[in-house]
Amino acid sequence: MSKTGTLTRKKPFGLLGNLSDTNLLTSITVIVFVIMYLFAIFGLGEGFSKPQTLFNIMNANAALIILSCGLTLVMISGGIDISVGGVTALVSMCCAVHLDYHDGNVFTAMLIALGIGLAFGLVQGYLIAYLEIQPFIVTLAGMFFARGLTTIVHTQPFNVEHAGFKALKDTRIPVPGLGSYNRHGAYIGAHVEIGVIVALLIVALMFFALKWTKQGRNFYAVGGNRQSALMLGVNVRRTTFTAHLLCGLLAGIGGFVYFMHVGSGSPSHASGEEMNAIASSIIGGTMLTGGVGNVIGTLFGVLSLSLIKSIVSSIGLDQAWWKDITVAAMLCLFLIIQSIIVAYRKRVNLSSAAKKSG
Amino acid sequence: MSAKQTRSSARTVFAGLLRHQIMIPIAALLLLTLFNLILDRSFFSVTLAHNASGDPVLQGNLISILDNGSELAILAIGMTLVTAASGGQDISVGACIAVSGSAILRVLCGTDPHPETMQTSIFAAFLVGCFAAMMCGAFNGALVAFFRLQPMVATLILFTAGRSIAAWFNNNQLPFISDPSFGYYGGYIPGIPIPTPALIALICFIVIWAALKFTNLGLYVQSVGINEKTSRLNGLNPALIKLAVYIILGLCVGVCGLIKVSRNSTINYSVIAKDIEMDAILAVALGGNALSGGKFSMSASILGAYVLQFLTTTLYKMEIQSTAISAYKAVVVIILVVCSAPAVREKASRLMNKLRMRRQSGSTA
Repeated sequence: MSKTGTLTRKKPFGLLGNLSDTNLLTSITVIVFVIMYLFAIFGLGEGFSKPQTLFNIMNANAALIILSCGLTLVMISGGIDISVGGVTALVSMCCAVHLDYHDGNVFTAMLIALGIGLAFGLVQGYLIAYLEIQPFIVTLAGMFFARGLTTIVHTQPFNVEHAGFKALKDTRIPVPGLGSYNRHGAYIGAHVEIGVIVALLIVALMFFALKWTKQGRNFYAVGGNRQSALMLGVNVRRTTFTAHLLCGLLAGIGGFVYFMHVGSGSPSHASGEEMNAIASSIIGGTMLTGGVGNVIGTLFGVLSLSLIKSIVSSIGLDQAWWKDITVAAMLCLFLIIQSIIVAYRKRVNLSSAAKKSG
Repeated sequence: MSAKQTRSSARTVFAGLLRHQIMIPIAALLLLTLFNLILDRSFFSVTLAHNASGDPVLQGNLISILDNGSELAILAIGMTLVTAASGGQDISVGACIAVSGSAILRVLCGTDPHPETMQTSIFAAFLVGCFAAMMCGAFNGALVAFFRLQPMVATLILFTAGRSIAAWFNNNQLPFISDPSFGYYGGYIPGIPIPTPALIALICFIVIWAALKFTNLGLYVQSVGINEKTSRLNGLNPALIKLAVYIILGLCVGVCGLIKVSRNSTINYSVIAKDIEMDAILAVALGGNALSGGKFSMSASILGAYVLQFLTTTLYKMEIQSTAISAYKAVVVIILVVCSAPAVREKASRLMNKLRMRRQSGSTA
């Protein structure tokens, strides 16, 4: 019941009983995010009350949002992909070299990004779905391959000087009505980068696809229970393949968005980004066992992670180690909450089932 | 028993050996050896030289594989048990090595980051380091065993925080120990030409071999990994066994921490033992163990670790940039796992059968 609670629902009794696991975990994330933000606004004041602060967090994390969406998809279908960080680095390095050393244009750079992402998704998806090799090993090799290839393409980090790309990188989209007034009373408009729009579009698209299309429900079915999904007539292999393919594609897009944000190529780009993406997905309520999760939760997971980082540094704990320790503590807290709730619900379900039969 | 029967039984024994999982690392080892033999025969030469302090030491690629592969092999022991019992992997071992190494240096240095003499004995520091690492293991194990988190997720916490905690222990300073006797554990003990890490690894192998041979550890771990519910019905406590394997892994991590800091006499929090968790997991997978838990073969895992180090050394020998090595390693790993994938093997054996059938029908016709 608890794992595939999204498929058919007969409501159990008890507290929180009328939400599926997915919705419950998502709402916890959203609530925690809102509480943290309110705390930041009222407890820490000025900076956080400006909408631009939130937009800056989104600007810096647009790529991470896209990567996390891909990971959420794979995790819902019961797999894992740890190559996304490596693919991001590879994409930004290839695009940078293409633009600066081969006189490329922005459009072909985008095609390269998509191509790299698709290639990784295709190969990894085939190996995982059709040759039944453990996803962890395949994507681990993918990560090593991408990281190694990045240094083969180019060793030194460098900034891209291509004019067309710079124009694209510096494009800001104004957000009407959310600007703020500075000390002299002058209006400063709020704005976001293109990457944020792309990320939000992807989140919206994936939310609808996962909720209301047949393919979307297949991901949940396969992740919840492979055997039952097979018996229900779901093409399990193709679904797994599609999940990894889409994750690779999203890693390509995310890589380009990352590239647009930093505007440089470097082998050390996006190091550890795969773990950030996994952590965001988990905080957003996706479970690694599969079958439970939601991209809206993932979006808030990313935002919560970076919000806690900025809160920690504005409180004054600015030694380098505090950031990681608080992020880990937050992850730990979320995981324990999730585990307790799931165990509690299982018990409620069991006792209600026992009551019915007895 | 007729000669025919003997031959067929010998054939089944041989076929059984071929099907055993240890064949995967052995095949990889043979391939790598063959490759090196063709490429450069001097790869295998071992010479007796003298190091800077005039002590005799063995040198050569094989020795360096034994030397540098020892941390990986020690970790592979713990990782195999963790994988078998909990059906998941610990990705925090690299960060935990940083924690234990940092604890060792903190105890040895006291308050002064560059002490003239060590404040305590190395053994006491080693015990503290092991204790720190085992606490990390207990934390991971508790999350996995009692909160029922997936191992990869539970260990993600220390993976994120471990290196920061290590830096916190020493206030982000880089302690340095100048006493040469501290370097014995990562180098050579005067008079013994074999690198110490290899000897430490050997001791670990003997201990784990004895533990698996004379206690029920292996049986319990496998039964918990294969079916948790059944093992509980049979009177085992799966949560306790899971916790225990994580603490054992912690002990392995503590030993590796000593070797790692002893190699450099200092610590670099963000670089020490980087990506070693991935290599350790690969070693377990290369040994043919299912990463989803259950039955395991310890010797195959350990062999897998040395195969991985063999591969790395071979790639270095071919003068490939150290940063690009991971790409080649990935290709080799993919080839290995594809060849050993059950789906592929099934297809290959079906193809072989078809060929044999055709040949037989051809010979009778």
